[in-house]
Amino acid sequence: MKLLSAIIAAASIVATPAFAAEPDTITIGFTASRTGPLNVDSTGQERGYEFWRDEVNAKGGIKVGDKQYQVKFVSYDDQSVGGRVQQLYTRLINQDRAQFLFSPYSSGLVAPAAIISEQYGKVMIDSGGAEEKPFQLGNKHLFMVITSASHYLSGAVDALKSKNPHAKVALIYSDDPFSKTVLAAAREQAKAAGLDVVLDESYAPSTTDFGPIVNKVISSNAEALLGGGHYSDGATLARQLHDQKADLKWISILVAPADDKFADLGAAALGVTVPSQWELQVSYKPDFGPTTQEFAKAFQAKFKAPPDYHSASGYTSGVVLERAIEKAGSLDPAKVTAALDATDFTTFFGHIKFATDPGHHGLQSAHQMVLAQWQKQSGKLGRQVVWPSAAKSADLIYPIAAASQ
Amino acid sequence: MLGIIASIIDGVLVGLVYGLAAMGLTLIWGVMNVINLTHGAMIVAGMFAVFLLVQALGITPYAALPPVLIGGFVVGILLYWIAVHRMIGRPPLMSLLSTFAVNLVLIGVGTAIWGTALFNIDVSMPGLSIGRYTFPGVHIVAAALAAVMACLLYLFLHYTRLGKAMRAVANNREAAELVGVPTTRVLALSVGIGVALAGVSGTLIATLFPFTLLSGDAYQLKSFLVTVLGGLGNPVGALMGGMALGLLEGLVTPFVPVSWTLVIEFALFVVVLIAFPAGVFAARRGAL
Repeated sequence: MKLLSAIIAAASIVATPAFAAEPDTITIGFTASRTGPLNVDSTGQERGYEFWRDEVNAKGGIKVGDKQYQVKFVSYDDQSVGGRVQQLYTRLINQDRAQFLFSPYSSGLVAPAAIISEQYGKVMIDSGGAEEKPFQLGNKHLFMVITSASHYLSGAVDALKSKNPHAKVALIYSDDPFSKTVLAAAREQAKAAGLDVVLDESYAPSTTDFGPIVNKVISSNAEALLGGGHYSDGATLARQLHDQKADLKWISILVAPADDKFADLGAAALGVTVPSQWELQVSYKPDFGPTTQEFAKAFQAKFKAPPDYHSASGYTSGVVLERAIEKAGSLDPAKVTAALDATDFTTFFGHIKFATDPGHHGLQSAHQMVLAQWQKQSGKLGRQVVWPSAAKSADLIYPIAAASQ
Repeated sequence: MLGIIASIIDGVLVGLVYGLAAMGLTLIWGVMNVINLTHGAMIVAGMFAVFLLVQALGITPYAALPPVLIGGFVVGILLYWIAVHRMIGRPPLMSLLSTFAVNLVLIGVGTAIWGTALFNIDVSMPGLSIGRYTFPGVHIVAAALAAVMACLLYLFLHYTRLGKAMRAVANNREAAELVGVPTTRVLALSVGIGVALAGVSGTLIATLFPFTLLSGDAYQLKSFLVTVLGGLGNPVGALMGGMALGLLEGLVTPFVPVSWTLVIEFALFVVVLIAFPAGVFAARRGAL
């Protein structure tokens, strides 16, 4: 018996250090939609996170004062379900002891996650949710690296206006928080630009058959369509517009066409435009870190697939956090938050700066989007940057029918 | 006006395919009072089967129908022996749970292998245009094939010895057994045919719309809706129910915001359950 208690005592002494936090790591927690309808876009974002982590760890880690910290991820599958997110972020903070957080993918999931991160005073970098609402609630530790939702379609409206100043426009969009915010802004922008909104309807994100909607678009005599939501519905909508020969001159769909998988649609993809946070053709001059070409090459080598804008924004989340921690010289959330507030630099992803006024704290105020269009270049389908004209890699094709000639 | 007509016709075309899917569900119920909750998973299996066959062999999706039909039949027989056979004669909840469990296993395995990304089968087929409205060729072909399959099932049930045996078992299992019908074999066969129909309808749906591994839920729900409209256990009613649902979708959409369509459909579901508990197109009980 004595021997047994001696063994237990000895074992507990040996075991104790294992329960303490590993000394030289920074734990970052997040959830990803590894299953469910947000899977495609979320995978891009998660790869961006992973690419950054491996890059940082390879060069020795994040420097805090004179100590180097390796980055460790803890993550869960949120199944694309908003209801799972709060439970998982609470777990990440309390059980897994995450010191910093990355966002899940999509506005619908970021909003509930932000409530938890804020409750615990954890810094969360958001690269997946563009809706402005969580940033107008006085959150102090939430930072968005991407351009926010109300700016998504402004480039598309301008470009469309330049080709057809009085175009008849149908707004067809998913009724999730992100798409509704984007389209609410686009509706005003379109009206202000003198475009004629002839149809304005939302659909359930789970819609699989867009046949009746497409017929409605045709009946409305619309020449242009702005809308969509996320990958599954956006891609299906594009395919059915093509199958039912809706004969639109302009189609701008959110998110879905920004993924390379969109090429699977073949002819249905041609001419479709998408607002994009970043494209392979953009050439910002980075203050530090890789250029677009270097990033794309290394990313391709690692994942055997080219990066999309979700990968680039995910990577940028990491870079922004890394710089802030190094500048703060501390892991204290208050100091890192102060350093994030002072962020002002350009990476290959673009210019990053956060709003600091209480009504919009953490909202992205410098980054700009581009408009990309699916075009055929020497027989191969690919995205080209077409707007703003200063950043274009190819001429905008209008009407869409001209893209297949 | 033309828009409304186009919307209705397209609704009926797609509705026929939903009807075929529902036939698989309702056949199994009609013969053995088992609600097959792997139905959605089997529809998805049909979708992935055609996707993989088209990718591997470069055939047209329609050439994949016979292998899917045979494969679905075999899978159905397996399903019967794994999840249904021992539950026959037990409370209905038992078979509901056992098929639900198999469904979760199938979806889990599928997610591990393929993930939940969107897949698309690119079929180029000239459509039919009326004015500015186009009925895609794939919709027309899928509807025609669904109708043909439904006719074949009807002929099988009414004019072959085996089909008659199935109807006999549906009518009164003990009596059928007394006159020498091998009931166990007949039960296994009906699950086989039910699953084959689910698989084939999955194949046809895959030619219409892009799909993910989780699409089955939506189509299973539609199948229930159609089945309730058409009368549980009545394959011909299921086809009619499918057309009625499509007609309704086509008729409603031009007039109300599209997000209301589902609300209206399920409100109708409740009304039908209360007013016509045996289904709008209900035949005599046991008239499978």
